[in-house]
Amino acid sequence: MSFKSAVITFPGSNCDRDALTYLKDLTHGEVFNIWHEESSLPDVDLVILPGGFSFGDYLRSGAMASKSNIIHDVIDHANNGRYLLGICNGFQILTEIGLLKGALIQNKSIKFLGKDCYIKKKFDNKFNCNIKDSEVLQIPVAHNEGNFYCDQETLNYLQNEELIAFEYCRGEDSIDDGNINGSLDNIAGITNKNRNILGMMPHPERAYQDFHVSKDGKKIIESILS
Amino acid sequence: MRIKILIRLKSQILEPQGKVIEQSLKSLGFEEFSNIRQGKLIEIDLPDSLNEKERSEKIDVACKRLLVNEIIEEYEVLG
Repeated sequence: MSFKSAVITFPGSNCDRDALTYLKDLTHGEVFNIWHEESSLPDVDLVILPGGFSFGDYLRSGAMASKSNIIHDVIDHANNGRYLLGICNGFQILTEIGLLKGALIQNKSIKFLGKDCYIKKKFDNKFNCNIKDSEVLQIPVAHNEGNFYCDQETLNYLQNEELIAFEYCRGEDSIDDGNINGSLDNIAGITNKNRNILGMMPHPERAYQDFHVSKDGKKIIESILS
Repeated sequence: MRIKILIRLKSQILEPQGKVIEQSLKSLGFEEFSNIRQGKLIEIDLPDSLNEKERSEKIDVACKRLLVNEIIEEYEVLG
């Protein structure tokens, strides 16, 4: 049976097209693009909430999108154990919905960061199972609010339950620890307790084609399909 | 009635914009200004027909459902 997936577009999403081609090229299955005002999702294996500036980042990044019509069905999709991936603004939306713990606050440097970053796998899950523990992935980030924050109790929970999927790390030529935005414990991506929902700040859909600097972003989809 | 809701980041969370504002003020000669933090103010009209209890309940629900992210923020209703 072929793998089916969908990308939700909100007003202000700007990585939805990249996410669509990423899914089409790597899953070779049917891919749907769903407008946020729709009330139901097609029957799919994976949903991506893409990056961008949904609703202009008004109030807080992801706050408005988390109340969109389609979100009820996105929650049902996830509660049925299917895969849900939030990239950048999608990660912010997932924390605003409450499907993932914590919040993404303004980068410590107050700078918008648009550059490659280095991440490595922290704990194993279906989104990173094809990646070796020692492997360093080079994947771009583009965000102003990527600084992962939660209280100490939640951080202990994420560590103890092994829900941290990716952490920022040093690249070959890095001079610092690679924590680009001030995130607690270098967190770049987390999952929910069932490990079927992943939120991550780096953009794997911008790292898979021949003209991209890196193809490491492929490994997320390859892991899911494996 | 005009309601004002003051939203601020919790005190333990770094508020980097306040730090930059502080640096700028210092460069303008306001050396004694310190611990500057920036928040947001939301103003809302509510009908006068609501009593104080109804008003405060509605505001609390709106804050919890959308206006405030209580993981990182706290709010105060300024009458």
